[in-house]
Amino acid sequence: MNEIREDAAAPAPRAGRGGVDWHDPVLKARLAIRKRRERRLRLFGLLAVVFAFAMLGILVASLVRTGAPAFTQTHVTLRVHLDPKRIPPDNINRGNYRAVIKQAVLALFPEVKNRRKQREIVKIVSKGAPWILRDMVAANPDLVGRTITVDLPVSDPFDQLYKGLIDRSTPEAHRRLKDEAISRFDSLVARGLVRAKFNTYLFTNPDSRFPEIAGLGGAIMGSFYALLTCFVLSFPIGIAAAIWLEEFAPRNRLTDFVEININNLAAVPSVVFGLLGLAVFLGWFDLPRSAPFVGGMVLALMTLPTIIIATRTALKAVPPSIREAALGLGASRQQVVFDHVLPLAMPGILTGTIIGLAQALGETAPLLLIGMNAFITAIPDSPFAAATALPTQIYIWADSPERGFVSRTSAAILVLLGFLVLMNAVAIWLRQRTERRW
Amino acid sequence: MKFLSVTLAAAGMATAFAGAAHARNEIRVVGSSTVFPYTQAVAEEFSGKYPEYPAPVIESTGTGGGMKIFCQGVGEAHPDIEDASRAMKPSEWALCQKNGVDDITEAMIGYDGLSIAVSRSNPTAWNLTKAQIFKALAKEIPTGDGKLVPNPYRKWSQIDPNLPDIPITVYGPPPTSGTRDAFVELAMHEGCKELPEVQALKKGMDKKAFKKWVKTHCSPMRQDGPFIEAGENDNLIVQRLEADPNALGIFGFSFLYENEDKLKAVSIEGVAPSPETIASFEYTLSRPLFIYVKNAHRGVIPGLKEFLEEYASEDALGPDGYLVERGLVPLPDDLRAKTRKILLDAVPMKAPGAQ
Repeated sequence: MNEIREDAAAPAPRAGRGGVDWHDPVLKARLAIRKRRERRLRLFGLLAVVFAFAMLGILVASLVRTGAPAFTQTHVTLRVHLDPKRIPPDNINRGNYRAVIKQAVLALFPEVKNRRKQREIVKIVSKGAPWILRDMVAANPDLVGRTITVDLPVSDPFDQLYKGLIDRSTPEAHRRLKDEAISRFDSLVARGLVRAKFNTYLFTNPDSRFPEIAGLGGAIMGSFYALLTCFVLSFPIGIAAAIWLEEFAPRNRLTDFVEININNLAAVPSVVFGLLGLAVFLGWFDLPRSAPFVGGMVLALMTLPTIIIATRTALKAVPPSIREAALGLGASRQQVVFDHVLPLAMPGILTGTIIGLAQALGETAPLLLIGMNAFITAIPDSPFAAATALPTQIYIWADSPERGFVSRTSAAILVLLGFLVLMNAVAIWLRQRTERRW
Repeated sequence: MKFLSVTLAAAGMATAFAGAAHARNEIRVVGSSTVFPYTQAVAEEFSGKYPEYPAPVIESTGTGGGMKIFCQGVGEAHPDIEDASRAMKPSEWALCQKNGVDDITEAMIGYDGLSIAVSRSNPTAWNLTKAQIFKALAKEIPTGDGKLVPNPYRKWSQIDPNLPDIPITVYGPPPTSGTRDAFVELAMHEGCKELPEVQALKKGMDKKAFKKWVKTHCSPMRQDGPFIEAGENDNLIVQRLEADPNALGIFGFSFLYENEDKLKAVSIEGVAPSPETIASFEYTLSRPLFIYVKNAHRGVIPGLKEFLEEYASEDALGPDGYLVERGLVPLPDDLRAKTRKILLDAVPMKAPGAQ
C-alpha cells in the first residue's frame, strides 16, 4: 500500500503566497483520500440499512406467503333441514346436529348407498360444523322445523385442496385425500356449492383442534386482559417511582444503588420474571394458573423499569425554569410536580409506556411458565378466567400436527405484528402531536 | 392528577378481587405433550356437548413436569387430571402420597408409536434394526472387554454395507421430551442389549447390575453432529426432513400420519408402523398412554364426571373414535372395557411396582 499518510509526519505543504497551495499534488491526494473515506462510510451505512430492510422484507414476505391462505376459509353451501325430531325445541343444546348435517351432505350424493363411503363423504364438512349450527339455532330458536341454506366450513384437508396446497400429482397412496374423495369434492365445486370466504373465525373464535374453526378470539382477549392488568399496575407505580427518584430523592449512595438496579432490571431476561411469577404469585399467593391477571402482573414487573426510565427522561426534559417559576410563585413541591412538570412530561411518559406495553404484548417466555399456553375452547370473560395470549397461541399452533395450522401460525404472527405496529404508530403519533420544544 | 389516583385505586381493587375470584369451576388437565392432542379432542367434544360447563383448560407440560404439578396436593389450586406418556414412577407416587393425593385412578387410553421417517424423495426403502439405530446414534459403543469407545460411525454404510452410503443425519427430540425418554428406552436400550459384546457382558453380571449398566452406558445420545436435537417442535423436524432428503427424523406417529404425502416411515426390524402393527406390538417402538384422575375431585369440580364419561366413550376411544382419527392407536376391546370401568367407577390404582 503506498497510501499517503495524513498525520503530522507528512511533509508540510508548500504554502503559496499567504495561504495554501491548492494545486499541491500531495494535498490533492490527501483530499481525495478523505473524500473516498467519506464515500465508503456512506456506502456502508446505506448497505446496512438496505440489509436490515431486506431481512425485514424477507420475514414479512415469507409470513405473508405462508399466512395468506389462512385469511380465507373454504365453505360448502348446504340445505339443512332442522328436524324437530332431532333437535328438541325445548332442549336446543342437546340436539343431534351431527345427524342433521350428515343428512344434508348425503343429500348431495344420493347415488352413494354404501355406509362406509357415506362416512367418507360426511368428512367433507368440518367436525366443528355441528357446533356452529347449534349456536345459530340457539341464537334463533324459531329456525327449528325449517329448512335453511347455510355455508359451513369444510374440513382442513379439503380446505387445503381447494387452496391448492395439496399437490394432486402425488401418487394416491401418499395422500391423505384419496382420488375418490377429491373427485366428489370437485363435483361439489363444479356445482358451485364451494366458496372461499373471508375467515372471520380466525378473529372471533377461540382455539379449536380443527384448524378450520380455530381462531385467535381467546388469545386476543387474553392478551387484552393481560395488558390491561399490566398497564393498571405498572403505569401508576412506574410514574410514582420515577417522580420520587427524579424530584424528591436525596442524592446519596442508597438512591444511586436503586438507580443502578432499575437499569439492571430493564436488562433481566423475561423468563426470570416468569419464574418469579411462578414462585410468588402461583406458589405463595395461590393465584389461579393460566390467568391473564397473573400474566399481566408478571409483564408489569417486566415493563416497570422501561416506564420508570422513560418517565425520568421525560421529567428531566422539562426545563428547570418551569419548576423555578412555580416555586417562585409559592407553589409547594407537590404542586410543582403534579400541576406543572407531570402534565408537560406526559407525552413522553405515554410514549414510553406504549412502547413498554408493546414489548410486553410480544413476550412469550414468562407466560409459558405460568401456564398461559393451555388449550381452552372458550373466550375468557374476565382477567381471572384461564386464557392464552397471542404469542403463546402462536407457540401452541406452531406445535400442532394438522396442516392447516401451518398457515394459521403465520397468520397469527401477522396479527400480532399488526397490533405491535399499531401500538408503535400510536406512540409516534402521540409524540408528534404533543411534543413541545423549549 | 385524578387519573393517577383512579388507576391506583383500580390496581388495589383488582388485587383484592383476585383472591375472591379464585373458586375454580373448570376442569384442569396437565401433562404429556403426546397425550395433549387426545385430551384436547375430548375437551372440545365435552364443551361442544355441555355448553353449560366452562371449557376445560388443557396444558402441555410434559409427563414429568405435569406429575410434579399434579402431585402438589388436593384442592382447587391443583389439577384434576394428568396426561402421561408413561406409567407413574415410584418417586412420583411417593410425592403424591406425601401431599395427600392418595386416591388416584390410572387408566390406559391407547398406544402411541414412535416413528422414524425420511423424506419421500429419498430413494432407499429404509429398514433398520434396533442395533443399527443404536450404533448410529449412541455416544459410545461398547467393545468386547466391557470398555466403550466414542462412536466411530459417520455413514450408514459403515454400520452395514447394505445401508446407503450417506452420512448419518438424524433429527430428534431434546432430553426434556417424553418422546425422547421413550425412544431411549425402546430403541437405544434394546439395540444396545442386542450387541454381541453386551450379550457377553450380561453373562458375568447379575440382573440388577446389568440393568443399571445398560441405563448408564446405553442412554447417552451422540453429540458430535450426526444426531441433532431439534427442539420440542415436531413440525420443525418435518420441515427439515423435506429440505434434506438424506436426513431421518424421530417423532410421534401422529405427525407421520398427518404428513404421509411428504414423509415415509422407516421400518423397524422389517415392520412398518401402522395402527395395526403398533397395537399388536409387532412394531416394537410403541408404548401405552395413560391418564391419571384425582378421585377426591370427583363431585367437586363440576362436569368432571361427564368429562370422564366422554373420555371413556366408544365415540372417543373406540376403533372408529375421534381419538383414533387424531393418530391414537386404540386398545383391544377387552382392555377398552376395563379402562371404561376403571375410569367411571373411580377404581384406585396400586403403588407402582407393587403389582
